[in-house]
Amino acid sequence: MKFTKSALALALTGIVLAPQPSAARPLRNGGKLLLTNGISSLEGASGGGLTPWAVIAGNETSDGIGLSAHGTLVEVKDYDYQSAGVAVGFRDRIEISYAHQNFNTNDIGTALGLGKDYAFSQDVIGAKIRVAGDLVYDHLPAIAVGAQYKRNNNGTIVRAIGARDNEGVDYYASVSRLFLSRSILLSATARLTKANQLGILGFGGDLKDSHSLQFEGSAAWQLSRRLAIGGEYRSKPDNLGIAREDDWFDAFAAYAVKRHLTATLAYTDLGSVATVKGQRGIFLQLQAAF
Amino acid sequence: MSFLVSLLFLQAASDMGPGTPPYARPGEESVDPYVADNRNAGASPFDGEGMAKAFHGQDGIRRIVDTMVEASSADPVIGEIFANHDKIRLKRTIFEQFCYILNAGCSYTGRDMAASHKDLGIQKADMNRLVEVLQRAMTTEGVAFQAQNRFLSKLAPMRRDVLQK
Ligand code: HEM
Repeated sequence: MKFTKSALALALTGIVLAPQPSAARPLRNGGKLLLTNGISSLEGASGGGLTPWAVIAGNETSDGIGLSAHGTLVEVKDYDYQSAGVAVGFRDRIEISYAHQNFNTNDIGTALGLGKDYAFSQDVIGAKIRVAGDLVYDHLPAIAVGAQYKRNNNGTIVRAIGARDNEGVDYYASVSRLFLSRSILLSATARLTKANQLGILGFGGDLKDSHSLQFEGSAAWQLSRRLAIGGEYRSKPDNLGIAREDDWFDAFAAYAVKRHLTATLAYTDLGSVATVKGQRGIFLQLQAAF
Repeated sequence: MSFLVSLLFLQAASDMGPGTPPYARPGEESVDPYVADNRNAGASPFDGEGMAKAFHGQDGIRRIVDTMVEASSADPVIGEIFANHDKIRLKRTIFEQFCYILNAGCSYTGRDMAASHKDLGIQKADMNRLVEVLQRAMTTEGVAFQAQNRFLSKLAPMRRDVLQK
């Protein structure tokens, strides 16, 4: 009996002291290369400004946990938009994000019969998992899939303008790679969505009330360790009869002010939004990441 | 003829003490025997002279490697990993590796990447830290950022061999 006990103790000690796979190592936070966590997209997922990338929020590697928080301002010709959000990255593998979006119609609110400065708002909860590959190292590019649950807080109004629902889920898959030999990052995303203008004008409509497949992409050129410039594209569904929706474009510069702080300035073209054409303007974002 | 060559090698080796490979520099500690081969460098060299020029030839590469090894050893994050390792050899073999890959006229005589980093406990954050130390050394030497990244693209696939399994 005594023998078996000590044998058991010995075996247990062996298990505890044996070299463990990486998952059992103590957590070690931080460690990503500058800018490779991306910025925070409008809906809160890490990536470019308009679209997610297959990267995970925060500065952690597969050995740690990371965190990011952002604030975004978009000022186009007739509207302004703010969003703020947080995201957590687990072992550079899983990302959970939250963003609150606010869209102010300013003077157009009056014309639309909503009243001056009428504002739409929406909450987005996102989850993303990097299923394979790596943005920088290894043979495969980073590949991720994700979903975004969106809940518009202006249900009565969005139904009145023709939307079928005030909540919806987007599903997407992204492939992203930083090609070091050219200092170029390319990312592509395919999204299934019913959202009208991200969901700010609700989900589905008189023209179409089902998910449609949309394409999004970013291209960036890294000029220095801290600075990248690039452009983005996002195609959009067109579900609402009364308000045509256009594809989106931007041209951006992202700068790692400090290890934990990235500032992004973009010129963006949102096309026609809520019946008013030519919505071009400035996108500004500050993101802190740990 | 081959007898003569081995005799010469023996001669050179005996200058630096028994068991030291002929390409070692004075002051290097001996390592377990291995077969020297350019393939141990882990990447094929660039074509042409462009990259060697961008790195200011062998002199520039030597400055970058010396700076990198010193800065890595003094670094608060990865310094510990370099403690008690032979810096004289490290500066020589990493110089040879970089010089070989940049096509600046060297052969690589060190060990392969898996053998060199076995049991060093290197994690992904350490790799990224070393990349940053190297970037700083290349910037100090005045290597253009695009050329820095081109070089890093040769090193990146080696991460799998360097990381602790
Ligand atoms: C792709 C990235 C890397 C390359 C190309 C590289 C290259 C080399 C080379 C050529 C050697 C010498 C081999 C020899 O003398 O036979 C070496 C050894 C060493 N490397 Fe790396 N290395 C890399 C990553 C790292 C990292 C991330 C660390 C730690 C943070 C590290 C720490 C060391 C140490 C401590 C040695 C000495 C080993 C010994 O004395 O036995 N290396 N490396």
